[in-house]
Amino acid sequence: METGARKPPSQLGSRLRRALCGRGGWGGFALQLLFVVLLAWLGYEIYANARSNLEAQRIASGFGFLQQTAGFGVSQSIIPYTESDSYARVFLVGLANTLLVSVIGIVFATILGFAIGVGRLSSNWLVARLCGGYVELVRNLPLLFQILFWYLAVLGALPGPRQSISIFGEIFLSNRGLVVPRPIMQAGLLPFILAIVLAIVLAILLRGYARRRLFRDGTLIRIWPWNVALLLGLPVLAVLLFGAPLSFEVPELRGFNFSGGLRILPELVALAVSLTTYTAAFISENVRAGVQSVHRGQREAGASLGLSHGATLRLIVVPQALRVILPPLTNQYLNLTKNSSLAVAIGYPDLFSVFAGTTLSQTGQAIEILVITMGVYLLISLLTSAAMSAYSWRINRSLGR
Amino acid sequence: MKRFFFTAASVLAAVLGAQAASAQTLKAVKDRDVLSCGVSQGLPGFSSPDDKGNWTGIDVDVCRAIAAAVLNDPNKVKFVPLSAKDRFTALQSGEIDVLSRNSTWTLSRDTSLGVNFTGVTYFDGQGFLVRKSLKVNSTLELNGASICVQTGTTNEQNIADYFNGNHMKYEVVAFGTADETIKAYENGRCDVFTSDISQLYAERLKLAVPGDHVVLPEVISKEPLGPLVRAGDDQWFDVVKWTLFAMIDAEELGITQKNVDEMAKSPKPELKRVLGTDGNLGEQLGLTKDWVVRIVKAVGNYGEVFDRNVGAGSKLGIARGLNQLWNKGGIQYAPPIR
Repeated sequence: METGARKPPSQLGSRLRRALCGRGGWGGFALQLLFVVLLAWLGYEIYANARSNLEAQRIASGFGFLQQTAGFGVSQSIIPYTESDSYARVFLVGLANTLLVSVIGIVFATILGFAIGVGRLSSNWLVARLCGGYVELVRNLPLLFQILFWYLAVLGALPGPRQSISIFGEIFLSNRGLVVPRPIMQAGLLPFILAIVLAIVLAILLRGYARRRLFRDGTLIRIWPWNVALLLGLPVLAVLLFGAPLSFEVPELRGFNFSGGLRILPELVALAVSLTTYTAAFISENVRAGVQSVHRGQREAGASLGLSHGATLRLIVVPQALRVILPPLTNQYLNLTKNSSLAVAIGYPDLFSVFAGTTLSQTGQAIEILVITMGVYLLISLLTSAAMSAYSWRINRSLGR
Repeated sequence: MKRFFFTAASVLAAVLGAQAASAQTLKAVKDRDVLSCGVSQGLPGFSSPDDKGNWTGIDVDVCRAIAAAVLNDPNKVKFVPLSAKDRFTALQSGEIDVLSRNSTWTLSRDTSLGVNFTGVTYFDGQGFLVRKSLKVNSTLELNGASICVQTGTTNEQNIADYFNGNHMKYEVVAFGTADETIKAYENGRCDVFTSDISQLYAERLKLAVPGDHVVLPEVISKEPLGPLVRAGDDQWFDVVKWTLFAMIDAEELGITQKNVDEMAKSPKPELKRVLGTDGNLGEQLGLTKDWVVRIVKAVGNYGEVFDRNVGAGSKLGIARGLNQLWNKGGIQYAPPIR
């Protein structure tokens, strides 16, 4: 029999094959190294080519422009800004405005989205249908259209500042936005804040004490009246002792616009409302999917343990649903932040509008500005995503998975 | 977002693209047999498509004149509508051969953008449009007003300078396109719409009742508007520059669309030189001897172009003013063709 005598493949051959084709070994490493080198070379080529092209075309380059005076006004800034500030400052103004509208949008979209998602699962026929109708209407219309609708059709229909709708003569609503009294710090502010902090700390300590007593000897202590008394009583006491924490500057119509007071621009409202309602429609679907992913048996188990409906939801359904909801929720947060760049259509001074818009066209340094802008959006997205991952990791850990 | 992608694509082209631009534009245009011309997204009188989709306007006629001079056909133009924000990037990246889009000539644009302004088609200045019902008679009464402006324009900086200089407060609301800006003004978001005065007249036509709005008398800036080309291509720079000069010189010499053929037969040495029956001035530019004839036949002289698009013969009805020829009280002046 000659079958067993077949020679094994030569060691050198198989090693060579493994080195060149396999994923492990020095061959695989060499391939990866080659790939990285190629990538680096490509990157360098792009950089060098861009540089020489810019130089050949005599287009200014570099980041020196950031120190130049901007010289244009911005309608809304939550950090101090004047026209004589630099483009770097404009960048910060735009970034702050982008973050402002994103945070407002994320907070309200989450609240609204959860409410509608749960509402859609309601056993009440009307509530469920209304929520379903909302989702189908809002998520199927283009966002830009919705922004323009809120801005031009809804807020634009408000009367001018001279005919503005006044509430108690202190709050004014017009097509220039909502003007409210501006709070001004008084001497009593610090004691007032300290009193609130103290009340919160005491309330937490009290809760811990009640819990320990419950576990130790089964006494159920009613603490909420105490907590309410603490949370209301201490700040009131502080006001009585040290005077009012704030005074208000009431806006007044002078000339074309209101002077004094705090003005919330219609651009901000339109953008925040449209981003909120639009994103909430998507979030509600995530929530619905999450809740439905929890098996019926889990609720039944909760009920058989004697937990109330609310407690079953809070302790059993929601934690498990959150695991499913969080990853797509992160997507929605990222989408909302990026969608806020549509602001330019209605003149809201976000990062994209004042930096990648006005600053770009005034300095002409498209490459630098686009690189910075892209980097910032990327950074915001990565940070959001990291925060959400951390939260979701905590939830998974608490569920023991 | 579309705008963003456009800018990004242009940047990518600038980064990766081998520059067909430098010193080859004239040849490239001739080979392509069509001129790519950047214009506005619709500004009546300067560049806007009519109901049949034909582009008209003073800036458009400059494009047509160049196409006539280079390609002997004023219709061989591809018009590329650009927002104020994207216009220079489009030129830098080679997307267009010439930008003829009511753009103000300033030092910083001339030096840092890699472009060269070739001349002035329209001497303009910045002004303010307000509702008549506000009963405002002067810009100095605008303290505290809300102002709508298009982003990416010189106007944005001018108002900051003007209001701060006069110790007046203002609120500026900046929009991406001219249409969004005028819409917000009409909606009552702003008391004032500011732009170059010619644009105010043009945009006013888009309002529901144009007669309810008035342009204030003050002019707060110098806005010389003209075509521009990429820096580094002197030959093409000359072609565009002298096309405009030829239109102005033609008006000065009395050459019109109607009489250009007869003028070409004239024994006057100056006319013979300009119209190419004597000498080879056109060929020195890289064009043909009859280049001025082609231009004037296609669009007419500067005065005719002005009247047809923005002047007495148009809906805008703007007076010649500064744009009258230098020997008739204006400042339009072109170097001699000789």
